[in-house]
Amino acid sequence: MCGIAGLIHRNGSGNIGQEMTQMLQSLKHRGPDSTGYAIYGTPGRNEYVMRFKVAEQEDMAKGFDIVDEVKRRRAKVEERLATLGVQIIDKEDVTDYAFRYRIQYDGDMKKLADYVEDVEGTEILSMGNALELIKDLGDAARVAQQYDLRKFKGTHGIGHTRMATESDVDIRSAHPYWAYPYNDIAVVHNGQLTNYWMMRREFERRGHRFMSNCDSELLAVYTAYNLEHGATLEESLRQSIQDIDGVFTYLVSTKDALGMAKDTMAAKPMVLYESDDLVALASEEVAIRAVIPHEIDTWDPYDEEVRVWRA
Amino acid sequence: MAGLTTTKQAHVSHDLGMHTEALRGKTQQRFFDVTEEGGGYGYPDAPDVDFNKRAELDCEKLDTKQINAQLRDLMNRGYGTIVLKNPGSKHSLAVGILNRLNLYIEGSCGYFALGLLDGPNVKVKGRVGWACGENMLSGTILIEKNAGSQFGAALRGGDIVCKGSVGARTGIDQKGGNIIVGGDTGSFTGFMMQRGRMVICGNAGKNLGDSMYDGTIYLGGEARSLGVDAVPGEMTDLDREWLTRKLKMYGLLPSKGIGHFKKIVAGKQLWNYDNLEPGEKKLVL
Repeated sequence: MCGIAGLIHRNGSGNIGQEMTQMLQSLKHRGPDSTGYAIYGTPGRNEYVMRFKVAEQEDMAKGFDIVDEVKRRRAKVEERLATLGVQIIDKEDVTDYAFRYRIQYDGDMKKLADYVEDVEGTEILSMGNALELIKDLGDAARVAQQYDLRKFKGTHGIGHTRMATESDVDIRSAHPYWAYPYNDIAVVHNGQLTNYWMMRREFERRGHRFMSNCDSELLAVYTAYNLEHGATLEESLRQSIQDIDGVFTYLVSTKDALGMAKDTMAAKPMVLYESDDLVALASEEVAIRAVIPHEIDTWDPYDEEVRVWRA
Repeated sequence: MAGLTTTKQAHVSHDLGMHTEALRGKTQQRFFDVTEEGGGYGYPDAPDVDFNKRAELDCEKLDTKQINAQLRDLMNRGYGTIVLKNPGSKHSLAVGILNRLNLYIEGSCGYFALGLLDGPNVKVKGRVGWACGENMLSGTILIEKNAGSQFGAALRGGDIVCKGSVGARTGIDQKGGNIIVGGDTGSFTGFMMQRGRMVICGNAGKNLGDSMYDGTIYLGGEARSLGVDAVPGEMTDLDREWLTRKLKMYGLLPSKGIGHFKKIVAGKQLWNYDNLEPGEKKLVL
């Protein structure tokens, strides 16, 4: 089933970590397997935040050797970053297997991503100037506590609660997906993409990488491809309704915008609230009520509807 | 047949004469007379409520199961007018009510609200999510704001009204009753409609009335497209009279009247069944 949610403050920033946690926790019944956030803080000057993992959560329970293995993989990642001339400003051990590095780098982002992800078990969860992408197993309350997200201030964010149906319960199959190798772009999705394998093979032939077997990852790769070829976010969302088969509602976030697209059958839910200050949207109204408890007007976007809001 | 027991409901239905009534053609219903003696009107276990007994229920700290249980308890104690406060868009509120009741919901409901009703009159001040009023048999539901998809799905009787706009697949599989929408409706509205009437005061999405078997759709605005086998029908004086009366009843009659409304009906080119009852079909075949 899965639940998705998005929130954007149109005039400045808010307690986006706390707000997204409240929204996602209220959607727990739509999928308790994993929870993920793509939240946007104040952009750092001339620096990026790289979030990456070198193992899955479940790997950590498989024996004592994994602890040394994690250390070895992390050292290898740092060695490769140094080789590419990346300056590490700050390191944060968020969990035993997931890390947050502030870096400075002005080279080819794809080259960096490919080189780092070549280290066994390593996946860059996100790279961005303002984006922080966090995802792990469990509900929103657990993930928010694990990654200390409730204090996070920012302008906007998207999130996902996952009911695993077409791929495994692990971090690599959890949403959001970073639109590799583009900075600050992330995707969450609710639905099933029926031409996933056909399109995946097409993109793989063009050199794009897939880290999971989850059909939703296609939307991130697809968006990245369109943006690379000069499309605007709105154009990419609109074109996806023609190109992608299946039933879907998905959200895309960039450094300063939040967009949504709904498939031609309007088969997957989305409830929308829009005011001059705030836009909130979610699979169920109960998630919007979690942050706006007073009586408001909400509605369902229609089939093939595409919307983009700026922060 | 050892081990089988007869239920209380079965006794009542026998007492009502439902098993001896000679049913013919499509008349598979027994029409009750409210004045008849012997409690023949209503369900055997339905509580007899008094509209003058009023209660309020604050839902803020209750979950769906607790709200519905407390609602049932109030009805069993004879309360006929109940106000639900702070519903908080919770799902499946006030479902399966089979007796008379005036229910006021002061706020918004989530998915599957007010399903399987037979009798109550409900007013919702806020919005409702997907599948509101699914399978209602009788009564009225009036929504002041918007509604999600599958509004009035499989409706069998009564009036379900949304003063705002509704989502996709409105009235899918409608088998009777009336669905009235003050605003717009999404795609596949009236999909596989079988009986009843639907009024859309605004615009409709694509494939309006797709694969409808029967029933009537009145459209005040424009449809993005008509569905397979949905065709324009001719407005009659009876249509106009009914439409005016119904829209007036719910405060939705446009100031310019109903002259601009179009009628959509089934072309009946797709039928894969006929009007014959099984017994009659045997004779024909």
